[in-house]
Amino acid sequence: MATQETRLAARLLAAPSIGLLFVWMVVPLAITIYFSLLNYNLQTSVTTPFVGLSNYYYFLTDPAFLTSIMNTLLLVGAVLVITILGGLGMALLLDQPIWGQGFARIMVISPFFVMATVSALIWKNLMMHPVFGIFAWIASLFGAKPIDWFGDYPLTAIIIIVAWQWLPFAALILLTALQSFDQEQKDAAQMDGAPPIPFFFHILLPHLARPITVVILIETIFLLSIFAEIYVTTGGGPGLASTNLTFLIYQTALLQFDAGGAAAGGLIAVVLANIVAIFLTRLVGKNLEG
Amino acid sequence: MGRIVLEKVRKAFAEVVVISGIDLVIEEGSFVVFVGPSGCGKSTLLRLIAGLEDNSGGKILIDGMDVTQAAPAKRGLSMVFQSYALYPHMNVAKNIGFGLKMAGMPREEIDRKVANAAAMLNLTDYLNRRPGQLSGGQRQRVAIGRAIVREPKAFLFDEPLSNLDAALRVQMRLEITRLHQSLKTTMIYVTHDQVEALTMADQIVVLNRGNIEQAGAPLELYERPKNLFVAKFIGSPTMNIISGATAARYGAPTIGIRPEHLKLSTTSGDWKAQVSIAEHLGSDTFLYVDADGIGPLTVRADGDFAVKPGDSLYLSPDPTRLHRFDDKGDAIR
Repeated sequence: MATQETRLAARLLAAPSIGLLFVWMVVPLAITIYFSLLNYNLQTSVTTPFVGLSNYYYFLTDPAFLTSIMNTLLLVGAVLVITILGGLGMALLLDQPIWGQGFARIMVISPFFVMATVSALIWKNLMMHPVFGIFAWIASLFGAKPIDWFGDYPLTAIIIIVAWQWLPFAALILLTALQSFDQEQKDAAQMDGAPPIPFFFHILLPHLARPITVVILIETIFLLSIFAEIYVTTGGGPGLASTNLTFLIYQTALLQFDAGGAAAGGLIAVVLANIVAIFLTRLVGKNLEG
Repeated sequence: MGRIVLEKVRKAFAEVVVISGIDLVIEEGSFVVFVGPSGCGKSTLLRLIAGLEDNSGGKILIDGMDVTQAAPAKRGLSMVFQSYALYPHMNVAKNIGFGLKMAGMPREEIDRKVANAAAMLNLTDYLNRRPGQLSGGQRQRVAIGRAIVREPKAFLFDEPLSNLDAALRVQMRLEITRLHQSLKTTMIYVTHDQVEALTMADQIVVLNRGNIEQAGAPLELYERPKNLFVAKFIGSPTMNIISGATAARYGAPTIGIRPEHLKLSTTSGDWKAQVSIAEHLGSDTFLYVDADGIGPLTVRADGDFAVKPGDSLYLSPDPTRLHRFDDKGDAIR
């Protein structure tokens, strides 16, 4: 990209895709901002009067908003902790030379290929169902009372389902990182007399810092907008117990038919996602350099 | 401290025998070089001594103690790896001190020893840098520093110079030799480069296919190779090997003569030859010639020996420097 001509050519050639991307982003954003300033109800409005920022006011002061934020953070945080700790453990096990290693790896990775709705339905009807579910059957073997997962622990149940889906992803990324670990460094640590646990904390974990950051980043992007699992299982309930921000916006728009309020909620979600993004890029930036 | 004895050491990976029963005594304070072509088992032998591989048979004794089953860190050896194997997230000081920290040594003592080692290797200014910020030669020195602080009974080097450029390699070669002279600790050094072997070693062990072909002082190997393999492996350019009628005239199925032991003359001599290629290195001239009835030979001449491709000349082997080999390739004495 040295000369003037090549730089100009590069800009000209890149322009169409950048332009398209810009339009694709800006038009929906502009429409959403516009809607968020209207009193726009899908059922009743013949006219859509301009109401200023009152949509934002009502969305932010709605007690459901705080609950949903808390649920979102709990969901993201818990799934991150489970997938990274569990993924680390699985990766360490899968890195051992065992018989049928290839098959075991495919089995571990397979949940990632199951669609969110399908896996949620399977968990709901085959695993966690208080009457027909496997968990209920296991509980009955021990004479315990079956747990009504979606009634009593709805958010926990959703965290389990989502963590099950994302565990393979973390395990896969961390496994590849472990496989790229230098054999001579392992030997050097052995010569230095590092027992397994200090070896893990002093040598292996720093090596994994980068892939762990990548896992956190990518998972957070997807976990902030979890929807299908909630929709299929609890429907956000009971009450608001398993409603996250995405689901709250869906409820506002398509159950309360409040398009204006939902647009406001969507923009608030964008702002919050950006706050998270700033924190994450800082974390990533620190871990990815040098 | 630091006498290492190998007794019938064997190593096999499943069916493949890599080391087939090696007996070797490495004297205290000596500098021993394992040399051989790639795949000869020299690195495996070093890793067996280090304890990074399990023996399939035989015993390893260090200072009279059987360490065959001992963990690497318990053998009192330290190793310098080909890739240096520094810990990338630790600075130089932590890299050097890591082994001492794992041994549970108090902090002040670690700091003191690390400072000493760093001073010895000119690393004092770099103690807070990470390996990624160092040059190849500096990394190499950090790896050596990490080996020194543990005050081992013996140092093990696994092709430590192969990742450096030619100039730095010569410099580090000298530094390691100097280090050996000042520490007087046993050193075992693995390389495939016979120049490194000849210049650094007290004793060279030539390995081939998991066996010791010959062990001895560098010049002994050069002057009295036990067999064809050693004859061809030691010395550069390689020894000329001649068989057939010419060899029979010297009383052996195969004879060998080094390029530097062929006398050159433009007027008379035993063998007539035509020059095909002349390499002028300044200090020496390497001539690749075609000898009548013998075939291609390499000759080493003085730097100012002026010949052109196509010229004819005469060669006479120095009879006292002629090597004779029997049908099995063993030297006839």
